[in-house]
Amino acid sequence: MCLAIPGRLVDLPPERPQFAIVEVAGVRRRVNIDLLKDEPLQSGDWVLIHVGFAMSRISEEGAAEQERLLAMLGEDAAAMEEVEGYDFAARPEGRIS
Amino acid sequence: MKYVDEFRDPQRIRQVADEIRRVADPGRLYRIMEVCGGHTHAIYRFGLADILPANIELIHGPGCPVCVLPMGRTDDGLSVAEREGAIFTAFGDVMRVPGTHGSPLEHKARGTEIRMVYSPLDALKLARTHPDRHVMFFAIGFETTAPSTALTLLQAKAEGIANFSVFSNHVTIIPAIRAILESPDMRLDGFVGPGHVSTVIGCRPYEFIARRYGKPVVVSGFEPLDLLQSILMILRQLRDGRAAVENQYARVVPWDGNAAALKVLAEVFELRPYFEWRGLGFISQSALRIKDAYAAWDTESRFSLPGLRVTDPKAAQCGEVLKGVLKPHQCKLFGKECTPERPVGALMVSSEGACAAYHHYVHRKGAEAAIA
Repeated sequence: MCLAIPGRLVDLPPERPQFAIVEVAGVRRRVNIDLLKDEPLQSGDWVLIHVGFAMSRISEEGAAEQERLLAMLGEDAAAMEEVEGYDFAARPEGRIS
Repeated sequence: MKYVDEFRDPQRIRQVADEIRRVADPGRLYRIMEVCGGHTHAIYRFGLADILPANIELIHGPGCPVCVLPMGRTDDGLSVAEREGAIFTAFGDVMRVPGTHGSPLEHKARGTEIRMVYSPLDALKLARTHPDRHVMFFAIGFETTAPSTALTLLQAKAEGIANFSVFSNHVTIIPAIRAILESPDMRLDGFVGPGHVSTVIGCRPYEFIARRYGKPVVVSGFEPLDLLQSILMILRQLRDGRAAVENQYARVVPWDGNAAALKVLAEVFELRPYFEWRGLGFISQSALRIKDAYAAWDTESRFSLPGLRVTDPKAAQCGEVLKGVLKPHQCKLFGKECTPERPVGALMVSSEGACAAYHHYVHRKGAEAAIA
């Protein structure tokens, strides 16, 4: 549970600045970005997500590395299940692709 | 080196492994503790013990939240679940943790209202959509997870959601490391510092380990190359007679941590005078309780809990394994009464638990090899 999930910010809705929409392997969900409010975030940035909250901003390379790590540890399916399971904000869009 | 070829940059891994052999003194035994359960999982998955020389022993630390939680706390949480109109919510890891009368999952099978959530915000949403019920979130985790709980509680307060409470079982890593360093039967040479916890607390809190106890600490990433590099950095410090905190995972971990996360932690939580850890006993100032200003959302303030100390099943040796005194397979129940499918002890529950990781990657593979 201390392994984080990499996701790409695809939208930062100005009307709800606490939340951003992230995409993880084609799945879009809302996550809370309050813990990164000191960071200049923008669409396209990569973040590490933990229990519905973006914890750190990372590089694209770092995100690819984390994805590979989750797969190697056999945690990739559990990570997707977690992201798909986030239920706290109305789902903005379903699975893409 | 059985797994090396599937790793990224296997040649670099071999170089680092060779360098480790050059730097390590063959006449000395090295005992290095990886603090974080995620690292424990990775070490077993990647078979790193097979890559390292035999005189470097990795000791698995206390950084697996469900492993260190004493059974009485699970029972306390479940006592709330048994109340009329209550809904118990928890992460998946908690669902299979044994309580005296079964795990939350077993209680659910018997009809108790228990739901798994992926985020504390999901628990808060349940409270919002079930105003006639009381939703309790069984919060667990180190500093990685505690800020999420704090923000959720702040959100509950902002929205005035009264039928929601948090049962805080959050613990802090530094006092546990200090307790291990003070333990007379624990001789360690250095620490692989946790990765994601350090994104929150930064690297400074580990400085006392180097300064006061003279032990190297290297904050590490999770890939095989990260872990091997971190071990090499520890060995170099030991060879040179140095002890310092170094950050191998600087691409993710800022030296000063995450100020926004530390701020919400300080707003919502304060240190308990003491807290019991499985295997380590009572450790002072090692866990987080909810401040009085937020008592309305604190399960422990709102409900009277049994608060009983419950000892682990007698034959289970979780405490000894947690302290590194026994290896997982040396426990009498390992692989027999206690398996990942039917865990007796919490270390067999989470993929970050030493017993589950050992069972999955060493025990099971050994059995398969014996059959083949």
